[in-house]
Amino acid sequence: MEQKKITSLDDLRRIRERSRDLSSARSGGGTTVIVGMGTCGIAAGAREVLEEVMAELARRDLRDVAVQTTGCIGMCQDEPLLDVIRSGQRVTYGHVKPEDVPLIVAEHVVNGRVVEKMAIGRAD
Amino acid sequence: MAIFRSHVLVCSGTGCTSSGATEVIDSFKKELERRKLDQEVLVVPTGCHGMCEMGPIVVVYPEGTFYCKVKKNDVHEIVEEHIFKGRPVQRLMYEGGVDMPKVPHYNDIPFYGKQRRIALANCGYINPDNIDEYIVRGGYEALGKALTSMTPAAVIEELKVSGLRGRGGGGFPTGLKWSFCAAAKGDKKYVICNADEGDPGAFMDRSILEGDPHSVIEGMLLGAYAMGADEGYIYCRAEYPLAIARLKNAIAQAEGYGLLGRNIMNTPFSFELHIKEGAGAFVCGEETALMASIEGSRGMPRPRPPFPANYGLWGKPTNINNVETWANVPQIVNRGGQWYASMGTDKSKGTKVFALTGKVKHTGLVEVPMGITLREIIFDIGGGILDDRKFKAVQIGGPSGGCLTEEHLDTPVSYESLTALGAIMGSGGLVVMDDSNCMVDVAKFFLEFTQKESCGKCVPCREGTKHMLLILEKITAGEGTMEDLEKLEELALMVRDMSLCGLGQTAPNPVLTTLRYFRDEYVAHIKEKRCPAGACSALLRYTIMQDLCRKCGICSRNCPVQCIPGDRTSGYVIDQERCIRCGTCFEKCPFGAIEKK
Repeated sequence: MEQKKITSLDDLRRIRERSRDLSSARSGGGTTVIVGMGTCGIAAGAREVLEEVMAELARRDLRDVAVQTTGCIGMCQDEPLLDVIRSGQRVTYGHVKPEDVPLIVAEHVVNGRVVEKMAIGRAD
Repeated sequence: MAIFRSHVLVCSGTGCTSSGATEVIDSFKKELERRKLDQEVLVVPTGCHGMCEMGPIVVVYPEGTFYCKVKKNDVHEIVEEHIFKGRPVQRLMYEGGVDMPKVPHYNDIPFYGKQRRIALANCGYINPDNIDEYIVRGGYEALGKALTSMTPAAVIEELKVSGLRGRGGGGFPTGLKWSFCAAAKGDKKYVICNADEGDPGAFMDRSILEGDPHSVIEGMLLGAYAMGADEGYIYCRAEYPLAIARLKNAIAQAEGYGLLGRNIMNTPFSFELHIKEGAGAFVCGEETALMASIEGSRGMPRPRPPFPANYGLWGKPTNINNVETWANVPQIVNRGGQWYASMGTDKSKGTKVFALTGKVKHTGLVEVPMGITLREIIFDIGGGILDDRKFKAVQIGGPSGGCLTEEHLDTPVSYESLTALGAIMGSGGLVVMDDSNCMVDVAKFFLEFTQKESCGKCVPCREGTKHMLLILEKITAGEGTMEDLEKLEELALMVRDMSLCGLGQTAPNPVLTTLRYFRDEYVAHIKEKRCPAGACSALLRYTIMQDLCRKCGICSRNCPVQCIPGDRTSGYVIDQERCIRCGTCFEKCPFGAIEKK
């Protein structure tokens, strides 16, 4: 651990900011990304999609996004499936490839604009 | 720093550690590494979640899925199914009974529903060995606020407004206590944390120290600043090795950040904190005995006044508060006294942590707002009586407290209401008893404890408790007389009124309350030589009910002293002279033909 002395409230708050990811996964996060990791999803490449999601979040330093996995929901033909829940709206993307992830993160997760050409379902 | 998408919180309190949490943590680490998930899933050891009987407890975030009784062999399945494939493992979830088959989330479990966690806010949620996690949760913010924008008097005022009272049992208003020490003249002052939690069945303080040590350290820092102290001691019993290890680590980390030591946050305020390990004498929970022990003398109380606020450790003004009291302070300073005072009753504000044990379905650690009823604690949070037997009494406040009965279940819990009934809030032990508990035996058990722990300095406590115990032993052996009962009562009042310190003054409480609410049980032991609960073995009598007996001979073959003669045609009879009342025949009889009375 960094052994710099805390000499003011600002120092304390800097440590809090720096360490936020220590508990961000525990505090629920504002936006949720869910990757389908059923056998069908994994066979279609969901694991690589998930890894890319994590890498993209790290690259953009997005710390209040909760990333979950889920089992098969019955739309195996459209796997890998990736859901984004933002402001209460849930959008499902199908046939997601790792290279699609940066676009979904930039457009939908960050800016709240649904990537219509890939969206295959939504629920409010 | 990498982002972890999921956190696996494994309870590492004393309870869960003893049921295998350390192995569970190791398995998680190995399994995650094997699955190449170790860069995206973080394993976090935490403090106590309170539901100790369901341990080891594992909570998987971001979903907040709550798993109970997790063994190392279950880890593979959790990693493979839940963490990798997103299918929570139903099998390991909490089962809420018939109408609530599986409860996946923490907050939906009835045990947590009525709780309000303030002192325990971080317990089970953060890694107690990492100061950064405490800081992320707003830790040391109150210290920074006090040092930069509040005068010591303003801190004390905030405490007064909050209505916080001593959580160690005494219930003395904390703000007022601080103002005495602050007003005392002296170039050197001390603050002390009393972590000498000694009552049988109590583990509130231990859990806070293990689960959130920094809250206690920050509370002490705020107290030291408010009262003008520059040195402090945490007096913790050596039987709490895990609490001491976590405290040591927490102190080292706080020192590393300069939150303990000289000129904290570039202000003139300096504070040095030590741990003093106690040898586990119950009397050392008494403040003057505790200070004697820190000074290296034998732990014995002395008469007050002078009070520690004026003449304390090494003769210097000293303030002593209990672990839970200190742990509440940072949030009061941070969120304001008004906020704290909005919870609780008229005179008892805020929340109280209780250790719920005995014949209750969910034993564990609970924090509830003052004013909640005992019924809510025992039946709603605790899930009711074990094996659905009948509730009989609850011992509140440990060996210094008293037994309360069914009719008191709807009393709102507060310092005043409990004292009025003859019990005390105490430090917060709640031992629940059912109809198989004999109240005379219970009184004997607690008195045995206080009698052994009496330091022997004053006569009423040393001799009085001994003779009270002798009378109770006589009564439970069926040799008591009605005269003994009168003598017991007289002695109890004498010990209560004449003892030097709190130990003696409260030791008769279990006897006095059981005499008050269960006098008929004492009388049954004396006049009828009968224990109504069937717990006092000397008064038990086992007989074979011949009309139900099938003459199988199982009782006779299993009797360890061969006192059930007979054969398969004429039947069997227990020889009462030779019977040792072990109860083996009663347990072994397949037809329930043996009566225990």
